[in-house]
Amino acid sequence: MTTEVQQIEKFNWFKMFWAGFTTMSKQSRTLWIIVILKLFIMFAILRPIFFPNFLKSQAEDKAGQAEYVREQMIERSKSQD
Amino acid sequence: MDLLLNATVNWSRAQFALTAGYHWIFVPITLGLAIIMSVMETMYVKTGDEKWKKTAKFWQLIFGINFAIGVATGIILEFQFGTNWSNYSLFVGDIFGAPLAIEGIVAFFLESTFITIMFFGWNRVSKKMHLASTWLVTLGASLSAYWILVANAWMQYPVGMEFNPETMRNEMVDFWAIVKSPVAINKFFHTVTSSWGVGAAFVTSISMWYLLKKRHVDFALRSILIASVFGFTAFLLVALTGDGSAYEVTQKQPMKLAAMEGLYEGKEGAGLVAIGLLDPKKEKYNDDVDPYIFKIEIPKLLSLMGYRNANAFVPGIKDVVDGGYTLPDGTTALSFHEKKEKGLVAHQALADFQKAKSEGRETDAANYEKVIRENYNYFGYGFLEKEEDMIPDVPLTFYAFHTMVMVGGYFLLFFAVVWYLHRKKKLESMKWLHHVGIWSFALAVLASQLGWVVAEVGRQPWTIQDILPVQAAASAVPAANVKTTFFMFAFLFSILLIAEIMIMVRQIKKGPEE
Repeated sequence: MTTEVQQIEKFNWFKMFWAGFTTMSKQSRTLWIIVILKLFIMFAILRPIFFPNFLKSQAEDKAGQAEYVREQMIERSKSQD
Repeated sequence: MDLLLNATVNWSRAQFALTAGYHWIFVPITLGLAIIMSVMETMYVKTGDEKWKKTAKFWQLIFGINFAIGVATGIILEFQFGTNWSNYSLFVGDIFGAPLAIEGIVAFFLESTFITIMFFGWNRVSKKMHLASTWLVTLGASLSAYWILVANAWMQYPVGMEFNPETMRNEMVDFWAIVKSPVAINKFFHTVTSSWGVGAAFVTSISMWYLLKKRHVDFALRSILIASVFGFTAFLLVALTGDGSAYEVTQKQPMKLAAMEGLYEGKEGAGLVAIGLLDPKKEKYNDDVDPYIFKIEIPKLLSLMGYRNANAFVPGIKDVVDGGYTLPDGTTALSFHEKKEKGLVAHQALADFQKAKSEGRETDAANYEKVIRENYNYFGYGFLEKEEDMIPDVPLTFYAFHTMVMVGGYFLLFFAVVWYLHRKKKLESMKWLHHVGIWSFALAVLASQLGWVVAEVGRQPWTIQDILPVQAAASAVPAANVKTTFFMFAFLFSILLIAEIMIMVRQIKKGPEE
């Protein structure tokens, strides 16, 4: 119990993170590399290059985007056939 | 235009299914393993037995690997909304955005914050604080699931919104109606409890491998004890919540229920098909071909599950198309053509609204808006051409549903047997059961994936039930673009999956600390 209380008093977020990251196993490091690489591919490559915001390419403001979608829906309605 | 759009829609759907299916390999393991490792750590804190600590720490490590590889794979789905499904994206407005934002801000950060204490906090925080952190990781994971499922449930049963033709958005008017939607609540419990079952099958599978190899036997038996009790309980709850899901589907998506059961002609006192083989010769919903080559039915069970009345009338596919039967609220169901007519009235009013607005005729615009609102419940039918367009893929929905149910039944029996043999101390010597246990995990993953096939394929053609079909929801992007990113994802996901399996297998071979 005393040990636990002493440990809680010594608890420090920074120290926990520092110790955790510096004493990490090789496997944990590999996992972190995969996570960082994956996030980089997703946000720095996939999103800007392959997943642009389609509506923004049609109209800059919200009203213009709404008008575009409205026109799309009217055009795709079977009443237009 | 239609052919090009069809190709875009098909590739966009395939890409979404690929991404969601891949994401859903990790999520149920995370949800199930989270509870199991929390229970194990609770055992350690309660008994002070160091072996429980080692057991909990090993599964936390496996949880970490699964979390690291799976984290953020779901975000790719959100990228697709903006590119491939931009009409849908604008149309759903804040209703879809709000739960996803809450999920990101509250649940994911709760999970991420306490996961660091769970991994780095051993011997740095008190036992109880560490245990609380582990449970908070579990709670965070479940809360994440809840908000995502709220968004999904709204698409299946849209409530708490009002359509604004000027902004083209469905605007939220009742947050609590969306959050407390019976479909959302039922979907949450059914999805989470089935994920608990997947987690239990995962732990049992790896533990059975240790028993087969005669390594870490005490650890494996402890893990199997927790997993079998938890797995059995989970699958009982899956059956219970599955019944709730069947009730909700019957009330809100009768076409989906009819497809799940291959029921073409409705009847009173309808039975639930236990096993059946559909006849591929049935090509049209209204031809005279018997839909089944053979079937074994449990009498009256479908009526009982769907309406809580063994003699209630359950509409078949033909009834939902033709209408004319009495709905639970006492009104008469409309036919496809009546719904389409109303949808077209709403579309015409939308076109007139746009014209009136552009010409500054505000009074006329307000009148058209009223017409749109009056017919809005059938807005989506105006995009459909013929009756067949409102029918999902029946064989896929039927077989996915029945396979899922059979696998669920199998796991109830499997966990009961494993639990019993564990109590009788016979597990160690039963090699055949070790093999069965190892391979059963694949069945659990299959059933979990099939659950989503039933939920999503069964509600086709709708992205939002009755309001927006896929062909109106998709962006007018070239199909070739979507096809390219589809294969790119297939490659990326395969690499990640191989990485996960390699890292996990290496850790499993290493085993828990001695």
